[in-house]
Amino acid sequence: MTKTKKDVFLTGLAIPVMIAVLALLTGSQRVKANDQPSAASAAVKIDNFVFGPQSITVPVGTTVTWTNSDDIPHTAVSTDGVFKSKVMDTDEKFSYTFTKPGTYTYYCTIHPKMTGKIVVQ
Amino acid sequence: MPDKKQDFIDQKLQDLNNDGVDRRGFLKCMAWAGTGLVWTVSGGIPVSRAFAKNSGKDAGVAADFSFVQISDSHIGFNKPANPDVTATLQVAINKINAMPRKPDFIIHTGDLSQLSKPSEFDTLDQALKGASAKQIYLVPGEHDMLTDNGDEYLQRFGKGTKGSGYYSFDHKGVHFVGLVNVANLKAGGMGSLGHEQLEWLEDDLKGRTASTPIVLFAHIPLWTIYPDWGWGTDDSEQALSYVKRFGSVTVLNGHIHQIMQKIEGKVSFHTAMSTAFPQPAPGTAPSAGPMKVPADQLQRVLGITDVNYQVSGGSLAVVDSQLADSASAASGNG
Repeated sequence: MTKTKKDVFLTGLAIPVMIAVLALLTGSQRVKANDQPSAASAAVKIDNFVFGPQSITVPVGTTVTWTNSDDIPHTAVSTDGVFKSKVMDTDEKFSYTFTKPGTYTYYCTIHPKMTGKIVVQ
Repeated sequence: MPDKKQDFIDQKLQDLNNDGVDRRGFLKCMAWAGTGLVWTVSGGIPVSRAFAKNSGKDAGVAADFSFVQISDSHIGFNKPANPDVTATLQVAINKINAMPRKPDFIIHTGDLSQLSKPSEFDTLDQALKGASAKQIYLVPGEHDMLTDNGDEYLQRFGKGTKGSGYYSFDHKGVHFVGLVNVANLKAGGMGSLGHEQLEWLEDDLKGRTASTPIVLFAHIPLWTIYPDWGWGTDDSEQALSYVKRFGSVTVLNGHIHQIMQKIEGKVSFHTAMSTAFPQPAPGTAPSAGPMKVPADQLQRVLGITDVNYQVSGGSLAVVDSQLADSASAASGNG
């Protein structure tokens, strides 16, 4: 399998997530990062009232997971209604799988100064 | 002898510099004094004693009625610096109940709850039932509108209100307006009142005489304190344009968990302390998240606001007092 630029980028995103997933598993399961490009995932951390990274670019099919690391609840809601998280209290998560290419801007409906962007290619 | 004159000025400046107040601070104080606002500092908290036109008068004694503002109780919050926000709300209520003169009512300027949960609203409701003042006026904070467009809040507390929960009432000649600036917030924006509410407000104030004292209260400040943290309301200018013709306007807000005051013409702006946890001064921390303080300091940064109204002169005097160590702060004129 020849690695395109996109694949390298995807691997870069997927590895830390895979490590995190593996750490949670018992250790008996082993999955190679490159085996399932369709099950790609990316993470956005909410810290100090900021979505980090504020903008990410992911391939179609990527599941993005937001995690709230603040002591204050937040939401991640797309400005055109594509996705809407529940209220995430401290350490709570929300995931959404992007099946169509496009640019998805989103914000925290509780603290609307907090904005972010997911670019799906 | 120009040199001697210069020496004299230098000496005076030297004296000023040695009294613990730097020149900039001194000039700042003078600016406030010019508006009739007297600041004192107690336990590190600036406390406003007189917020009225007649700063020399003892407004508190002659007041015709008083009410208390409390804010940001965040029932359900359980992290540092306050693992028990129900207990500190109770301290605030005990403080209200211990007031020598019973306030006519209590205004809560929002963030009753942390997560809009029924159990959180229940706890707040129950605690407020123990207050000496039975009449409570509420407006929601953004934490109270987290589920189903605020339905949980509106079902409990929104009886007789319009739209997202705004309303007005009259009390002993003063017109009070509770506004909601936490609903339908737009990406990238701050607090928002929205077109429908602004139209209602214009209509509500129409026909009232300019001598009617007006009190506007809402959760997020109706003046821009710090846009980076969303501490302001995008369309507040519009709302304030409707009260320009009135002789006395007082604006009471919460949200920022600290006291801030400003006087602009005939409009006095005031934000209250929280009963739950403090927040940092604008720009002094990476974010507006809860400020962690040592447990024995907590009740010095939480508090209530006592507002006294005097018919003669139509002035309102605001006294902030902390939950702890506030004996000195609460005394003096209103």
